[in-house]
Amino acid sequence: MFEFFQKLDRRWIFLAMFLAVAIPIIIQLDFEETPTDLAHRVFDAIENLPDGSRVLLSFDFDPASEGELKPMATSFVYHCAAKNHKMYIMALWPVGPQMADDTIENVIKEDFPHMQYGHNYVNLGYKSGYEGVIKVIVTNFTELYSTDTRGTPWNAIPMCTGVESVQDMDLVINISAGYAGTKEWVQYAVTAYPDQIRMVAGCTGVQAPLLYPYIPHQLEGLLGAIKGAAEYEALVVEKYKLEDDPKYHEGIRRMGPQLVAHLLMIFLIILGNVIFFIEKKRGGRR
Amino acid sequence: MKRTIPLFLTAIGGFVLIIAYYIPHTQGWGEVAAIWFDILAAIAFLLGGGNLMKIHLKKISDHKAGWAYSVITIIAFLATLTAGLGKVFSPPSMQYPDMAWSGSYREIGSAFWWLFEYAFKPLTATMFSMLAFYVASAAFRAFRAKNFEAILLLGTAFIILLGRTAAANWVTGWLPESWAGLKLENVTVTIMQVFNTAGNRAIMIGIALGVAATSLKVLLGVDRSYLGGGKG
Repeated sequence: MFEFFQKLDRRWIFLAMFLAVAIPIIIQLDFEETPTDLAHRVFDAIENLPDGSRVLLSFDFDPASEGELKPMATSFVYHCAAKNHKMYIMALWPVGPQMADDTIENVIKEDFPHMQYGHNYVNLGYKSGYEGVIKVIVTNFTELYSTDTRGTPWNAIPMCTGVESVQDMDLVINISAGYAGTKEWVQYAVTAYPDQIRMVAGCTGVQAPLLYPYIPHQLEGLLGAIKGAAEYEALVVEKYKLEDDPKYHEGIRRMGPQLVAHLLMIFLIILGNVIFFIEKKRGGRR
Repeated sequence: MKRTIPLFLTAIGGFVLIIAYYIPHTQGWGEVAAIWFDILAAIAFLLGGGNLMKIHLKKISDHKAGWAYSVITIIAFLATLTAGLGKVFSPPSMQYPDMAWSGSYREIGSAFWWLFEYAFKPLTATMFSMLAFYVASAAFRAFRAKNFEAILLLGTAFIILLGRTAAANWVTGWLPESWAGLKLENVTVTIMQVFNTAGNRAIMIGIALGVAATSLKVLLGVDRSYLGGGKG
């Protein structure tokens, strides 16, 4: 038995990880989420804005991070739409507009069919330049965004009338998978104009530890990975009575597989250490 | 000359951005410099595409190991480029309902949308999700309590792994409210907001000072390594 674990073929580990994720998905294992303070801060930042406020949503992620970030993107857009906020959607990542299209299709067009493009929401699309884009639009949108993704001139879009820069937004929401993302928004937008620009964000698990230092002054709230998404989702579901719509439970649903996968990881680390110490005791390894 | 002009442009661009940050009247200069940067970033896509073609065509012509993958790369690149630029099969737009392929290249039903939805999306998601398997295997083989620092790291990893799931409630949910600070989910938050934040702030300040010093050396022309090793 010891020999088997000592020379454990990694394919057994792969199989165990596959089952640890697949079984909870199949049996729909999920748990109740207790939102932490950070999730509450994100929720309150959107909830406490007066109805019809201007919100800039930057979709800075791609399909690789969709598993972690799409649930929070869905909840963000639902929350803003439910509050009737005007949504200005943009992206610093080349495939960001496609991720935004997906959310617009699933949330706005399905659940808020009365919302009109150009009046309630607009997709400004992607611009190259990463933080260079932020540096320009914090003082002037039209220098870069002369049109939206459909080619409609900025001044012909009703909800863009009177909007000059990011400073005219009541809140910036960033959904980030890396560079360029939340860190750049904090450095080039919020830090440069701390009295004008407020921001909350949702990010991947690997980014979250790097963003904690910006809370609470530069970043009012932060949703870290699928756990953060599930907590925020729980708040939105409770407030807007979305218990029956599975689309708004994606984050919570993914916590089941995450739990079993984490337990497997802990088991593997302990098993690896037990083997290590037995080997050490027998003098097999130094 | 080949080195003097880039040095001059770098110095001008850098100092304009610094001045624009501190002197409100010169803010417009900074905007112009930032727009130039965005234009250059867009041009970099063309250079990137050209470079990709050059490298892979050379690999194919030399019949280097794995040249078949280069063929696939070039076919995928050209197919996506054609589908996007040509707006192939995109539905008619609302402004021009009688014109075929007049809609956006991203519209549902277009060739580009199909490629994104059924090729790019599943491929990138698969690549990323494979990390779970490799991380599990690496944790089993490499995460050893060899010394005190490693034990601290292991302990923290266990707390975070459990604290970010419902297991936290099973393990410490029974603790009374007066001991709430010891509940795993709260210990996780404390580790992230206190220990992690303190460490990260120190690292960030260190990096910022290093970046400022290096930037100054670049702007003043002391550090010219970014220009490459060619003779000027």
